[in-house]
Amino acid sequence: MRPPENATGDDSAAAAPALTVDARDVSLTFHTRDGEVEALSNVTLQISDGDFVSFIGPSGCGKTTLLRIIADLQRPTSGTILINGVTPEQARLGRHYGYIFQAPALYPWRTIERNVALPLEIMGFDAQERRKRVERYLKLVNLSGFERKFPWQLSGGMQQRASIARALSFDPELLLMDEPFGALDEIVRDHLNEQLLRLWDQTGKTVVFVTHSIPEAVFLSSKIVVMSPRPGRIIDIIPCDFPRDRTLEIRETPEFIKIAQRVRSGLRSGHSYDE
Amino acid sequence: MTSNTLFLPRAASLPTWMTERSPVLAIVAILIVLWYLAAILMNAPLVRDAFERNETKYTASELIAGTLDAERPIVPAPHQVVMQLFDSVFDYPPDSPRSLVYHSWVTLSATLVGFAIGAVFGILLAVTIVHVRTLEKSLLPWVICSQMVPILAIAPIVIVVLGAIGIRGLLPKSIISAYLCFFPVTIGMVKGLSSPDPIQLDLMRTWSANKLQVFWKLRWPSSIPFLFTSLKVSATISLVGAIVGELPTGAQAGIGARLLTGSYYGQTVQIWAALFAAAIMAASLVALIGFVGRWTERRMGAPT
Repeated sequence: MRPPENATGDDSAAAAPALTVDARDVSLTFHTRDGEVEALSNVTLQISDGDFVSFIGPSGCGKTTLLRIIADLQRPTSGTILINGVTPEQARLGRHYGYIFQAPALYPWRTIERNVALPLEIMGFDAQERRKRVERYLKLVNLSGFERKFPWQLSGGMQQRASIARALSFDPELLLMDEPFGALDEIVRDHLNEQLLRLWDQTGKTVVFVTHSIPEAVFLSSKIVVMSPRPGRIIDIIPCDFPRDRTLEIRETPEFIKIAQRVRSGLRSGHSYDE
Repeated sequence: MTSNTLFLPRAASLPTWMTERSPVLAIVAILIVLWYLAAILMNAPLVRDAFERNETKYTASELIAGTLDAERPIVPAPHQVVMQLFDSVFDYPPDSPRSLVYHSWVTLSATLVGFAIGAVFGILLAVTIVHVRTLEKSLLPWVICSQMVPILAIAPIVIVVLGAIGIRGLLPKSIISAYLCFFPVTIGMVKGLSSPDPIQLDLMRTWSANKLQVFWKLRWPSSIPFLFTSLKVSATISLVGAIVGELPTGAQAGIGARLLTGSYYGQTVQIWAALFAAAIMAASLVALIGFVGRWTERRMGAPT
């Protein structure tokens, strides 16, 4: 079940942390009725094992498209991309990543526990193992006691936590999150951000996180990728080295504000206001 | 638990079953009154002629009484239809050709077989169309065309052709019934099987689910509400199909036969009673499917 370790083999790989995502000159052009739309243009990006990387940018900057390329939900028109040293398709077939969408997208006819168990059923885990994992991951996202509830009986935040448990259930080492908290109010969002950080800290997973909130990106990330639209491209990659067990209080520190300012100026420079 | 707290206080004067049903009962009462009026107005010339032929004097009340008790009325009165229904159901053993139960069962059995064939065929067709996208463009127009051909023209052909190869009785009627009733199931299920959210399909892809898993764990459960809605439509249509299938066979048995013999001999009351028997069967089928549908959807976690 587990994918092979990142075995690049050569000496340089032993020194630096292994690359989870290695994208070189990735471009994607959509052919629409109104002509060609360049969604991504020459994106080159390395994400190391254990990183928490945020893609931030206005809508239409290709951040979701980039995430979908990593997940093999979309194929690039040109360029190369490797996930744990293999193609995105191989990574998808090897179940290297869990994907969390903006909407929880729980299956309404399944209870919470059976929703979390769904990927396990598909991947052929036996009933006992399924039960064990469902219990473990529902506890991790604080949803113990809600196993038998149907999705509509839970709040939006709880549903999204259930969808996170579902993505974690088969223990992928890469989590791809597409504005997972975008539809939630700020209080719930802060709370879930803290939980997500703790989860990242405890499990050592690599997270790629799409957002358009500057504070969210700065608070969560170890690396912020600022993107700009038309065509979608990377205009800045900002390291963000707060300790892994950071709390919401760091948002008042000068370091936090400095990074937030750098993100904002990056966004501003990339955006053309003449539209 | 949330739904309980949200209940609005109800004006508590009448029991709920009465407040819920009273509008329905009122409309039924109005319909019955209108029906009586129609019976009186439509049958009046007939009764007047009869009185005048016998050169008897008659009062208005005698005229009205006559319109509601004619033997071969143009419009039978509601109580005549109910009496006829009762008599033909309870006065004969259920295996007698004079019993409406006998004829209803002949039609119902053909309906149920036709409905089953039509539903299974309709679902299979929808599954094929959803999975082979080119078929949606190439096959669906033919499916639609099949329903434009008047069934009254096809029914005798089916009966004759199948009769020639020795298939008689229930099956030809069922095939006519199935021919009509697969259509709403196909249309409903193509829609239902394509109803999953793109995100839910993307999720399946991220888990590398195979087509069979996508079908059984996502497409099929998503289509269940569509399935029951289209089954309700197709149940009534399959009954119509079975009745139409009985017309060209020379009217031996079934609701269709009752309608035919009724019109041969001007037995309007018998025709109406047969129509009501058909309506009751159709309504029962729809109610049964509705019940199974609600039960299924509740088991699938639908908010009640």
